[in-house]
Amino acid sequence: MTEMVFGSIPVREGEPILPRWWRTIDKWSMSAILILFGIGILLGLAASPPLADRNGLSPFYYVERQAFFGVLAIATMIFVSMQKPETVRRIGILGFFAAFAAIALLPVFGTDFGKGAVRWYSFGFASVQPSEFLKPGFIVICAWLMAAAQEINGPPGRVFSFGIAIVTAFFLAMQPDFGQACLIIFGWGVMYFVAGAPFLLLMGMAGAVVIAGIFAYEGSEHFARRIDGFLSAEIDPRTQIGYATNAIQEGGFFGVGVGGGEVKWSLPDAHTDFIIAVAAEEYGLVLVLVIIALYALITLRALYRLGRERDPFIRLAGTGIACMFGIQAIINMGVAVRLLPAKGMTLPFVSYGGSSLIAAGLMVGALLAFTRTRPQGEMADILLKRRRP
Amino acid sequence: MTRTPLRPLARILDARDKGENPDAIERENIRMRHEEMRDRARSRAQGRLQMLGMLFFCAFATVGVKMGALSAAEPEEPTAAVIGTPIVGGRAEIVDRNGRILASNLVTHSLYVQPPLMTDPAGSAAKLVEIFPDLDLERLTRQFTGERTFVWIKRKLSPEQMQAVHDIGDPGLLFGPREMRLYPNGRLASHVLGGYRFGEEGVSAAELVGRAGVERALDDYLRDPANGARPLELSIDLSVQAAVEKVLDGGMRLMNAKGAAAVVMDVHTGEVISLASLPDFDPNDRPAPPVTGNPEDSPLFNRAAQGVYELGSTFKIFTAAQAMELGLANPTTQIDSNAPLVWGKFKIGEFEGKNYGPTLSLTDVIVKSSNVGTGNLAKQIGSARQETFLRSLGLLDPLPVELGEAPGVKPLLPPNWSEISTITISFGHGVSTTPLHLAAAYSSILNGGRVVKPTLLRQSGPRLGERVVSEATSALARAMLRQVVVRGTASMAEVAGYAIGGKTGTADKQKATGGYEKNVNINTFAGVFPAHDPKYVIVVTLDEAEDLTGPEPRRTAGWTAVPVAAEIVRRAAPLLGLRPEIEPPPPAAVTVSAKQ
Repeated sequence: MTEMVFGSIPVREGEPILPRWWRTIDKWSMSAILILFGIGILLGLAASPPLADRNGLSPFYYVERQAFFGVLAIATMIFVSMQKPETVRRIGILGFFAAFAAIALLPVFGTDFGKGAVRWYSFGFASVQPSEFLKPGFIVICAWLMAAAQEINGPPGRVFSFGIAIVTAFFLAMQPDFGQACLIIFGWGVMYFVAGAPFLLLMGMAGAVVIAGIFAYEGSEHFARRIDGFLSAEIDPRTQIGYATNAIQEGGFFGVGVGGGEVKWSLPDAHTDFIIAVAAEEYGLVLVLVIIALYALITLRALYRLGRERDPFIRLAGTGIACMFGIQAIINMGVAVRLLPAKGMTLPFVSYGGSSLIAAGLMVGALLAFTRTRPQGEMADILLKRRRP
Repeated sequence: MTRTPLRPLARILDARDKGENPDAIERENIRMRHEEMRDRARSRAQGRLQMLGMLFFCAFATVGVKMGALSAAEPEEPTAAVIGTPIVGGRAEIVDRNGRILASNLVTHSLYVQPPLMTDPAGSAAKLVEIFPDLDLERLTRQFTGERTFVWIKRKLSPEQMQAVHDIGDPGLLFGPREMRLYPNGRLASHVLGGYRFGEEGVSAAELVGRAGVERALDDYLRDPANGARPLELSIDLSVQAAVEKVLDGGMRLMNAKGAAAVVMDVHTGEVISLASLPDFDPNDRPAPPVTGNPEDSPLFNRAAQGVYELGSTFKIFTAAQAMELGLANPTTQIDSNAPLVWGKFKIGEFEGKNYGPTLSLTDVIVKSSNVGTGNLAKQIGSARQETFLRSLGLLDPLPVELGEAPGVKPLLPPNWSEISTITISFGHGVSTTPLHLAAAYSSILNGGRVVKPTLLRQSGPRLGERVVSEATSALARAMLRQVVVRGTASMAEVAGYAIGGKTGTADKQKATGGYEKNVNINTFAGVFPAHDPKYVIVVTLDEAEDLTGPEPRRTAGWTAVPVAAEIVRRAAPLLGLRPEIEPPPPAAVTVSAKQ
């Protein structure tokens, strides 16, 4: 009767969203990301005053912006991580097409901010670098195509995804933004590798990359200068690398102390590409090792969890995103310690940058969505193993 | 249309027979295969993901380790990396044979300006002009206020000038340390040393590059840091050089010559003890090469090693020595000396149209300096043998001496070594060489007959080359030259106790256009001392000398070059450690006295 009068209590199909999210999310990775964001704010406190000083703004202007965009990014991350992988896939594919269109239109509507490469859309209060948003979308669409290719009677998804990768990389290289183009190719290669690429082909591709590198060296003065700078044994202390190396040495194990750093005053990119040098100088090796450990934790944990994943799309997309995230961190820090030639690459979540923060939020949000705990048919595995010894 | 095979065929055929739907069986089959494929792909992916994980772990670890290594490293003062090779400012010192300094380095400062740093460009320019009057105020002001970011002002500053510039107090005026070359003896041995210039210049150092003379010839050696602080030892003797230059300068003025050169050479080693050329210059402030006039009149011109002259009768001793060496004559052989010697359309006479009689002994041919006699002797020797002999003495090729200019100084030879050339060359016309060539050839003939090559580097012992004449011929040639001084054209060369033997040479100067000048001579004296025990050769050349003390101007070498050479020997021989000695009496006298 009660039910007839008051209507029945609607029975939810399945668990409520939040508890299930909390139960299945990879809490370690999420904590690491939040800590990284906190470190980013902390370093922003150090790196913001010189930049603000140069641009005639209040000293912590950039920290405030970083915090504002950071909150947005974290909200984005949590929202995306709550979605089902299918929803993420759908959004990702649509996002890819939108971002690709934005990149294609850059030469018409974009701006170069006087830096020689047309990479940004300026909206007055903020600027957006569409290639940052392209990366998660690209990973998703390629993973989708590759996963489809694994179905019997599926489309030739690997070839399609390769075509997309080449076209995208071409558009990025036209800006020119060789760093992002290489990241795109790298992400595709990693996914192809996990999707079961033959080893012979992989070696051939490695050779092709070397040849392409030689062509780029011969053809692009910008590129050649960077490589020459890296290969010469002497560090010219007037270059960014020279300043960064000196800053790391000055910092030692425990740093020169909060606010005592010098490098941020001399490096124009101290708040983005060389934020790790600021960290090393003011807080010492301790903080740097913590940062490295956090990135390693996120990347390796994601790869570990994806190893048990049953769904090919989730596995591939997760791999692509995790690897891209990790390699960006490695490149950024590798440049600062001169393991790699100078290449502008932001440190995800730590470097300053509004659109890159939100794009990073999208990316790790998708990663968290993909690495959520799901039934993986463990029972069936056990039973099958018994049946087929 | 492609036919898709029905799988599994047996079951499908069976189902068809029973009337069941075969599609269900095929779908079931696809599902099964798909499951299996997925499992396979999954286990493979798991392996590959583990591999990726390892790679990433290694990469993160590498970055971490490198960070640790950098943090542990001591921070260094950042120094500007020098692109390319750094400027080497060092240069070895040059000393004479006794270790006295001829060229050294001095630390000084250059002055340059970086206009962007200047607080008061116009005012500083005005004050700079007060300190350095040679600067142009308008130009400086333009440079300081224009677009330029760097201006050299002065290459070298004295300490007083530096202080004065410092007192201007403009931060844009900057000093760059550098070394400069210093020749503490000023003009002494200027043609030997040559001088320097700044090569590549930086704000913290400047290259010192040799410009001429020894500095240029041995530039690589002097600049080689591998030689360290070891100075370059020259064969020059500073005190002899000073005496020679002093006497030569006085002689040049007395004889109204426009130029003079002198060489003193060790006959056994070829070491040039002194090499002087007047007028000279100060290598500390080497003048710019002349752009007008005859370059041979410039003070930069080294008459001793660069000037090629017909050295006249001094060549006659070569003819006599060769004739004796070939057995064509001995000192007492009578030579046809009936003037004039007619060869084709040419007539060769003696000095001032004299005739020394139908025949002369070979000694008298040299003593009286008979052109006809040597000409007749040369006809017997022949062109080919004469050329070979002169070439073996080094008279026909550039000298291998350590002077920057030497390799380019080629003696002038007749284009076609005909018999008439042979005749004129026998008394020193038709071949032009430098006084240094002559000194080397005299040394070779008179030191006992072995070739020496002239050198400006100190030697530790004799450097005798192949034999050109025998010991005996050499001794006879020295005796003849001694007779020239005792009773011949060079009688003014007698210096008591030093037994000079030598030969005069008075040659009409060649015109630049060809042919010979009238009454304009190159006067040369080439001699050896002591004649009985040869130690040194001296060559003195005066350019356009004339002795105006007599009733009429005297322009022969005997009146001009010879007294100068004698004075040089008088002054230099004691400096060289030679004691004046009495000539040993002839051997016959010794025999007589021994019988007592």
